[in-house]
Amino acid sequence: MRRLVWRAAELAEIVTETATARTLRFRVPEWPGHLAGQHVDVRLTAEDGYTAQRSYSLAGPADGDLVDLTVETAPDGEVSPYLTEVIEVGDQVELRGPVGGWFVWRPESKAPVVLVAGGSGIVPLMAMVRARRQAGSQVPFRLLYSLRDPGRRYYAEELRRPDPGLDVSYLYTRSAPPGASRPAGRIMLDDLAEGGWPASFEPDCYVCGPTAFVEAAADLLLALGHAPERIRTERFG
Amino acid sequence: MNIISRGFRGRHRPDGDRLPPGQYLVDDFPVLSAGPTPRVPLERWEFAIDTEAEQTHRWSWQEFMALPSETPTVDIHCVTKWTKLDTTWEGVSLDVLFEDVESAAEYALVYSYGGYTTNLPLEDLLDGKAWIVHRFDGEDLEPRHGGPARLIVPHLYFWKSAKWVRGIRLLNEDWPGFWETAGYHNYGDPWREQRYEGD
Repeated sequence: MRRLVWRAAELAEIVTETATARTLRFRVPEWPGHLAGQHVDVRLTAEDGYTAQRSYSLAGPADGDLVDLTVETAPDGEVSPYLTEVIEVGDQVELRGPVGGWFVWRPESKAPVVLVAGGSGIVPLMAMVRARRQAGSQVPFRLLYSLRDPGRRYYAEELRRPDPGLDVSYLYTRSAPPGASRPAGRIMLDDLAEGGWPASFEPDCYVCGPTAFVEAAADLLLALGHAPERIRTERFG
Repeated sequence: MNIISRGFRGRHRPDGDRLPPGQYLVDDFPVLSAGPTPRVPLERWEFAIDTEAEQTHRWSWQEFMALPSETPTVDIHCVTKWTKLDTTWEGVSLDVLFEDVESAAEYALVYSYGGYTTNLPLEDLLDGKAWIVHRFDGEDLEPRHGGPARLIVPHLYFWKSAKWVRGIRLLNEDWPGFWETAGYHNYGDPWREQRYEGD
């Protein structure tokens, strides 16, 4: 049995993703490693001893003692505004993990993969995309990324770079950029039929996003004939 | 001794005595589940208790709805850190369902439509501590919140309150369920912060 201990984590680097989100790269000595899709608990302690904890998905695969989290500001949040606006390189938090053994992709897996992200639900799915690349896996991935408008895109530059075997489709819900192949709108059956894999390929499907999005996307996957046990979901908010 | 995060002040909340350590309050009702939402037609729904002697007690939806019901108002605590105060449910106490069940088993494995399982000591289901509920806040329980019926065990983390509940198997030995085999604590007391294995 492995006991999860709180570890000191020092912020090593900040990457701005959007106007309201940033990726925090922490250095965590003796980090035990993790799988793509897992998450960590973050604990903040104020000078007067007050503490707050939240869970965040890991944004990348294991990379020595470096741990990446991408955090979006919650308008009325207690922890996320600190992580997106206040914390600076050199500051410390405590981390504990990794947690979760279900919503994970393992590099030795051979099944094709459909990733369906709603908004910041892209974070654990991006960890899977990066884990695939890191492992040199040939498994075909298809990523459907639903987001309000182009300004909300995380990892924009990295996802624009060619990555053989990875197809990315953007599904804009409010405003699509000029020349987009699809009008703005919520995810539909056709999106998953065209941007995913047929059920007969028996892909592993990972869906992450806000509850209403996950409900809709998972129901569409079922309607396309995907087996419920191949559809893994993770929701927030 | 915790490490201090420079510049973090936090939001000191007054309701500390009802908030287990590490939890924060929400007003909405977050949903967490591992896969698609199962949809169970009421005419096919049933709830069963199987004893260690393989005696099965079954209720159809109609039989279940004819049982005396209660409307507990309870606080619920999710391992992902949210707590929701004063949630009101309607359903049948496990004490009612266990009235005619003869068993000396100490453990219960709860199982759901969709394949989910979770385990707990049988005594944590009895003596007014747990219910099979079919209404929340005066409305029929939505599928996404576990409808038509779910278990509610408010004194444990909410993953023990299995959605889409289908039955309870009584066992002489403890048998870890879905999250309990995926790194989460076997018992899950929020007041002792039993989140993960080894806590």
